[in-house]
Amino acid sequence: MKNLVEVKNIKKNYGKNEAVKGISFNIKEDEILGLLGPNGSGKTTTIGMLLGLLKPTSGEIFINGQKLEGNRIEILEQINFISPYIELPKKLTVKQNLTVYGKLYKINNINERIEFLSEKLRLRGLLNSITGELSSGQKNRVSLAKALINEPKVLLLDEPTASLDPEVGDFVRSFLEDYKKEKKISILLASHNMNEVNRLCKSILMMKDGIIIDKGNPEELINKHGRKNLEEVFLKLSRSKNELN
Amino acid sequence: MYGLFLRHFYLITRSFPRVLDLVYWPTIQITLWGFISNFFATHTTYYNNAVGVILTCAILYDFLFRTSIGFNMLFLEEIWSRNFTNLFIAPMKIGEILTSLVATALIRALIGLIPAVLLTSPLFGISILDLGIFLFFLFLSLYLFGITLGILVSAGLLRYGPSFENIAWSTMFLLAPFGCIYYPIEILPELFQKIAYLLPLVYIFEEARNILINQTVDIQNIYDAFIWNGVYFVLSIALFYYSFNVAKKKGTLINMGE
Repeated sequence: MKNLVEVKNIKKNYGKNEAVKGISFNIKEDEILGLLGPNGSGKTTTIGMLLGLLKPTSGEIFINGQKLEGNRIEILEQINFISPYIELPKKLTVKQNLTVYGKLYKINNINERIEFLSEKLRLRGLLNSITGELSSGQKNRVSLAKALINEPKVLLLDEPTASLDPEVGDFVRSFLEDYKKEKKISILLASHNMNEVNRLCKSILMMKDGIIIDKGNPEELINKHGRKNLEEVFLKLSRSKNELN
Repeated sequence: MYGLFLRHFYLITRSFPRVLDLVYWPTIQITLWGFISNFFATHTTYYNNAVGVILTCAILYDFLFRTSIGFNMLFLEEIWSRNFTNLFIAPMKIGEILTSLVATALIRALIGLIPAVLLTSPLFGISILDLGIFLFFLFLSLYLFGITLGILVSAGLLRYGPSFENIAWSTMFLLAPFGCIYYPIEILPELFQKIAYLLPLVYIFEEARNILINQTVDIQNIYDAFIWNGVYFVLSIALFYYSFNVAKKKGTLINMGE
C-alpha cells in the first residue's frame, strides 16, 4: 500500500510559541490513522497544515505524491475535512449546500453524486430541508456528505461524532469503515472518543506539547503501558512527561 | 453590576477595532454634517435645483455604499455561518474567490439601485438619467471604488479576524467627509482638500454636480477618478494576497469559524 499522506518533520511556531515541534508520519491508502492528544497538543494545528490553512514554519507535506506547497489547489481537489466547529450555511437547503460544494469542487454529475450520498447517508428525505433546522445528527450527516462530495482520496476528521447520540455515532462509524474499505482512502481521525479510535484505527499517534510522544496500534499501546484500555493509556500519557522525542 | 461592566470593558480594551469604533462615529458625523452646514450657510444660491443635485448625489453615494457593504456582507456571512473554513479548503484560487464576490456584489448593488432610480422620477420629478451617457462611467467608477473598499475590509477580516467587523460597517462613513458628496471640495480645509484629491470620490461627485449644474462635461474628472481607482484597486488586491499569507502564518483561517 502506498502512502497517500507523507508528513516530514513539520514545525509550526506562533511567535515564540512552538505549537508543533517537528513531527513526521505517513498515512497509507485504506488506512485510518488516529491522532490523539490532550487539548492544546497540536492536533488542530497539524490538521490546519495538512489542509493548507496554515503554513508550516518548516518541514514538508506530500499528499498523493504531490508537495502541498506550490500545489495547494490540485491537492485540495483530493482532500476534504469535517469538524463540529465548521458548518454549512444555515439558510440554504441541504441540496443547495451540496450543489454549491459540488460546483466548488468541479464535480461533473452533481445530481448523481448527491443522489448517491443521500442514499448512503440517509439524507434522501432531508434534501429540501433547511440546513439550520436539522438536528445535530442530521447536520453531521450533511457535513459528511459535503466532505465526500469530491470523492476525496484523503479525509481529515476532527471529532466527527462529537455530540451525536450513540445510534447516529455508530451509523457514522460504520459508514466510515465501509467507505474507507470500498474506496481505499486514507483517513486522519482526531478524536477524544477512545472507543471510536479503538474501533476504527489500526494505528495511533499520541501527541502532547507539539510532539508525537508515542505511536502504535491500540492493542500494542495498551499492552506496552500495562493498562486495561485506550482511555487509560491516554490518561497515563497525558499526565506523564514526554516519552519519545 | 460591576461584573457586567467589567465583561464589556475587557471586551472593548482587548480589541482595537472596537475602541476605534467608539471614537470615530461621533467624529465622522460631526465632521460630515459640519461641512454640509457650513456649505449651505455660505453658499445659499449655489444650487438652483438643490433637490435634484442632492438626490442624484445621494443615489450615487448609496450605490457606492451598497457595493462596498454588499461585498463585505458576502464575506461576513461566511464567518457568521461558520462556513469560512469550508470555503478556504475548497480548491479555489484567491483570484476566483475575489472574482465571484465582485460579480455577486454588483448584482446585489443593482438590485438595490434600480428601484431607487425608478422612484425618484414619480416622487420628486427628477431623473438621474439627466447625467446622460456619463452616468455609466460615474457608476462604473463608484462600483470600482466600492469593491476596492470591500476587498480592503475583507483583507482586514482575513488578517485580524471577526473583530475587524466593525470597521467593515464604517469605512464608507469614514471617507464620506473627504468624498465631497454634498458639497464642493472648496468647502474643506486645505489639508482635507489634499487628502480628498487622493480619492476618486471627489472627482466623481464634482463631475456629477458639474454636469447637472453647469450642463458641461469635464472628461478630466472622469479620467482622474479611473486613474485613482486603478491605483487603489491594485493595492487592495495586493493587500488581500498579503493578508491571506499572513493569515496562513498566524492561523486566522482555521480559527475564523470558532
